[in-house]
Amino acid sequence: MVSAVDNTEVSLDEICIIALAEAFRGDGEVLCNPMGPVPVIAGRLARATFEPDLMLTDTIAYAVEGNLALGADAGDAVVESYMPFRSIFDQVWSGTRHVVMGASQIDRHGNQNFAAIGEYRKPKAQLLGMRGAPGNLINHATTYWVPNQARAFCERVDVVSGPGYDRIAELPEASRAQFEIRRVVTDLGAYDFEIDDDTSRPPTMRIRSLHPGITVAQAQAASPFELRVTGAVPESRLPTDEELDLIREVFDPDGVRKAEFR
Amino acid sequence: MTEDEVISELESGMTIGIGGWGSRRKPMSLVRAILRSDLTDLHIVAYGGPDIGILTAAGKCRKVTYGFVSLDSIPLEPHFRAVRQAGAVDFTELDEGAFYLGLMAAAHRVPFYPTRAGLATAMMSENPDLRTVRSPYADGEELVAIPAFEMDVVLIHMNRADAKGNGQFLGPDLYFDDLFAMAGTRTFMSAERIVPTAAFLDEGSVHTLRVPRIHVDGVVEAPMGAHFTECPPDYGRDEVFQRDYAATAKDPDAWARFRADWLELESHEAYTTRLKERGAW
Repeated sequence: MVSAVDNTEVSLDEICIIALAEAFRGDGEVLCNPMGPVPVIAGRLARATFEPDLMLTDTIAYAVEGNLALGADAGDAVVESYMPFRSIFDQVWSGTRHVVMGASQIDRHGNQNFAAIGEYRKPKAQLLGMRGAPGNLINHATTYWVPNQARAFCERVDVVSGPGYDRIAELPEASRAQFEIRRVVTDLGAYDFEIDDDTSRPPTMRIRSLHPGITVAQAQAASPFELRVTGAVPESRLPTDEELDLIREVFDPDGVRKAEFR
Repeated sequence: MTEDEVISELESGMTIGIGGWGSRRKPMSLVRAILRSDLTDLHIVAYGGPDIGILTAAGKCRKVTYGFVSLDSIPLEPHFRAVRQAGAVDFTELDEGAFYLGLMAAAHRVPFYPTRAGLATAMMSENPDLRTVRSPYADGEELVAIPAFEMDVVLIHMNRADAKGNGQFLGPDLYFDDLFAMAGTRTFMSAERIVPTAAFLDEGSVHTLRVPRIHVDGVVEAPMGAHFTECPPDYGRDEVFQRDYAATAKDPDAWARFRADWLELESHEAYTTRLKERGAW
């Protein structure tokens, strides 16, 4: 394929989109439910390239085929299934879903807060509330998108809307069988909770890859808790020419994705 | 019925469920009628949008139970946000799927439905009234028991209704309005238009007839009754109006003016007349 874009300048938003898309690798036939422009581009990109069986919605009430642009009128899309909100909850509880959510605060075990800052009953800042986080985390894979690592990574979250590995470890096996924080993607790198021995249970956040130009020391400087390193840390993968075309020309020709990086 | 006739059936202290979702197909003409009434001390149960924003900011509520409170295109409802940050209302904030179970339990007249949603989160630690239940089967798993939402009155808004109280939604999503209607001790439904029963299938398939009259106690014809929330295919959200509404959360004088100019008009007819003058209809 001949590239319509100049591949010499890949920007941070595009590297983050690839890191988020990579979180869906291997998911197969699940409902891919990213929230927000950057995650939505990532989900649509994953399906258009290496994960063709993903099911995606138009963010309203339909599961649709094809490469829909951000904010495009879904009226043109081919509908493959009906997914009103009630059905989305049924999908959540069935466990056949992978969501991407934000995190205003997140700690070493992946405890997430987007509910409120400060005291829960009288917060300094009321945020989104619980939304679907409690049900999502305990039922299916979750990935977090954190555009500002230094601001969000914290020693202790004010309110637990999405439970982390330490809290989940206290539940019996049947309750936590579907729990998985697949990835935490930030402006500096991609993190996971994978472990190769039992000494680090409950798992803590591990550096999976760092974006080009970011050192382990820089990533660590933007985290109050220790980031686990196992072996050599790879650089986050760059988009291919095909992926850049899709991001820039098909999914987001207006550059909506840039807004989260200002 | 008229909006005011519905309000005359309500009493201070009641628990009132409100259908719709965020800033979508909310029974706003009835919400405004509550606002201009002397009802107080209410407990509102909703997937919240401007209904919860308006009624809590006006001091009408002692408590709110919700899955979220959002204006959709404006993610955080600014009036409700100010109320929460002032600690001015009691609240139960549930996982939004768990909220569905509370509605369903009430609709099915069982005391609770079980779920894993909420385990190991602040939803449990911050709501000591929420209990768990142990599976009576061999697995013995401990689950969250979402209690049935007991609601004295439910208010919903539909695209079409007939005079007998059957309701029809024509947009992409019913949300949970059928469950709300079943769950309420009494349910009042507003609709964009009241049509002959035989005309329902002129505009939608049988699948859109999801609110049967056995669960509806009164119907109000309210064209533009969901404004400024969306009510497709009849109309989309009035984003300009919603932005004006949201902006008043920062300024008590602007909020008082907005209430007087729009939200506390003496009738829905006066409201729609003013909308026409504004060119918004």
